[in-house]
Amino acid sequence: MNLVLAKNETGRALSDSFAVARDRLPGNGKVAEARSAAFEAYERTGLPHRRIEDWKYTDLRALMREVLPLAPAPDAAALKRAAAAVKLQAIKGARPLVLVDGVFVPKLSDVGGLEKGLTVRTLRDVLEAGDAALQAQLLVPDNANPMVALNSAMMTDGVVIEIANGLVLKQPLQIIHVASGPAPAAMFTRSLLRLGKDAGVTLIESYIAADGAKTYQAHDSLVVAISDNSRLDHIRLVEDSREAFNISSAVITLGAHAHYNTFGMTSGAAVSRYQATIAFAGEHSRVETNGVNLLNGRQHADTTLFMDHAVPHCASREVFRAVADDRGHSVFQGRIIVRPDAQKTDAKMMTRALLLSDDAEADNKPELEIFADDVTCGHGATTGALDESLLFYLRARGLPEKEAQALLIQAFVGEAIESIANDDLREAAIAAAQRWLEARA
Amino acid sequence: MSLLEVKDLKVRVEEREILHGLTLTVNPGEVHAIMGPNGSGKSTLSHVIAGKPGYEVTDGQILFKGEDLLEMAPDERAAKGVFLAFQYPVEIPGVATMNFLRTALNAQRKARGESEFSTPDFLKKVREVAKSLNIPQDMLKRGVNVGFSGGEKKRNEILQMALFEPAVCILDEMDSGLDIDALRIAADGVNALRSPDRAMVVITHYQRLLNYIVPDFVHVMSKGRVVKSGGKDLALELEASGYAQFEDAA
Repeated sequence: MNLVLAKNETGRALSDSFAVARDRLPGNGKVAEARSAAFEAYERTGLPHRRIEDWKYTDLRALMREVLPLAPAPDAAALKRAAAAVKLQAIKGARPLVLVDGVFVPKLSDVGGLEKGLTVRTLRDVLEAGDAALQAQLLVPDNANPMVALNSAMMTDGVVIEIANGLVLKQPLQIIHVASGPAPAAMFTRSLLRLGKDAGVTLIESYIAADGAKTYQAHDSLVVAISDNSRLDHIRLVEDSREAFNISSAVITLGAHAHYNTFGMTSGAAVSRYQATIAFAGEHSRVETNGVNLLNGRQHADTTLFMDHAVPHCASREVFRAVADDRGHSVFQGRIIVRPDAQKTDAKMMTRALLLSDDAEADNKPELEIFADDVTCGHGATTGALDESLLFYLRARGLPEKEAQALLIQAFVGEAIESIANDDLREAAIAAAQRWLEARA
Repeated sequence: MSLLEVKDLKVRVEEREILHGLTLTVNPGEVHAIMGPNGSGKSTLSHVIAGKPGYEVTDGQILFKGEDLLEMAPDERAAKGVFLAFQYPVEIPGVATMNFLRTALNAQRKARGESEFSTPDFLKKVREVAKSLNIPQDMLKRGVNVGFSGGEKKRNEILQMALFEPAVCILDEMDSGLDIDALRIAADGVNALRSPDRAMVVITHYQRLLNYIVPDFVHVMSKGRVVKSGGKDLALELEASGYAQFEDAA
């Protein structure tokens, strides 16, 4: 049946597009073979739809309908627009690494004076001339998920970051994805972060649109390996155009005594999906994931997390807040698996949704699969409107309705934002939330 | 011109009429006490003046400095100078008290076309008032009323009253849940705000509060009406004889 479905018109269009783009896609030999296999895997399903359980709430066949043609490399005018956007959104103190329309742009990035032990290369370089081990790591994500498979087939560029053992970077790295212009197009990017032992770094991923960029698709993926005794702080800020699609995937693995703290906020894009697999490969490691969706109009944002506890003595915390106004639709799917050997696992997940209108929707799907018997696991979820008695109190003190709501919404998402350790980054997240609130008023 | 005029006010909640034609006139500088048994409509009156949703005014008027208060949103009323000290101040986790105070004060000033307070001026002002009310600085850093005792919550209401400088203060059951020491601090705070330009309406069940905040006028409410008005001695009379006589009269 899937084969039949893939033969619809949009499927053929993409097939043609892949054939055309193939020569532009970096990598030969094994890389090219992997791309073909990934594309075949994608074609077997096509865009995922609601009859696939994992995509029940985010039916890309209905929402996205087609994959747009590959964006051309940015010209001088595109780079100028992108530079203006980057200037507005670059985070204070961070080292910018900029991808415009899916192409790494050294001129807009800061790759000078890298600390000893830090290497930054482009995905294109690594796919064309990198060593086999690094290439293999980039191709780690499997083809079972159609959007990951599509990304593997089409990826054009990205950033490959390696941090040597013992290096704790003070300066955060910010990968900025910019869509530059008005022509509807798709970009496919993949980045890799290899964090050595006893190392540490803060990675920010920002998704933005330059002035005039509206209808585009950002297809991104991230592969992260955190070695023993290392810590990664990871922040994602999705502020794409309100007509854009953002389909991002991540595969994160942790060694022993490792720490992964992540915060994601989606306030942009028409339709977005962030699907992350976080796997514990070493004991005594810890993960905190915090997420916020701020949605209005007809925005749809889906966060799908898979926490894989494969080894004992690890802990994970998931805190998720959704705010949906108008016909906004927020989806949170959190799957936790505790494998038979993963005794003493401590895994908790808490989601809260705030619905600001009768037509707003929040879907929450927790799935706990526990195969070990000595564990602490739990999940909780609430959905509700703003508390009328709090609103009245604020209004009786002189706050107009929208401002009173804004203050309560800030408080609602505040708990998740507070999890960001770095002051500048926390400020950046608060500022992003503020932009959403101001656009709403 | 009177500051606040309530004229023949009739108010319903759902299908039940709570106020059956209440009239009250408050002039600048005056302190009025409204006393009455539970269920007489005292709190309903305070809520309707402040603009709480859920009440339907079926007849009558409320004028504030001659303007129709019922046409204004709650925040407009606040900006014009109407302040309700809540019987049960709400807790707002995640909104720091200091941030709340500044946002509210500046929203009121903006609505009146005044410039916003600069941060140093604002901090100075809050610190002064907080000190006079025995409010420690760390309380201002916490979420609004979060973890505050009953007395602290009431003092926080009076802090706001002092900061916003309203023309009319409605104090709804300020004494509920306060021990005698907390009551004295709160009452001192209120008395410090008495001025020839400002009026106060003190709603209370018990005469005790009126030993500390001495009113110019006392009104007795029963079953949705003012059934007797008089001077401060009326409160003492009530203390001795109770509300039963008025319930019969109503």
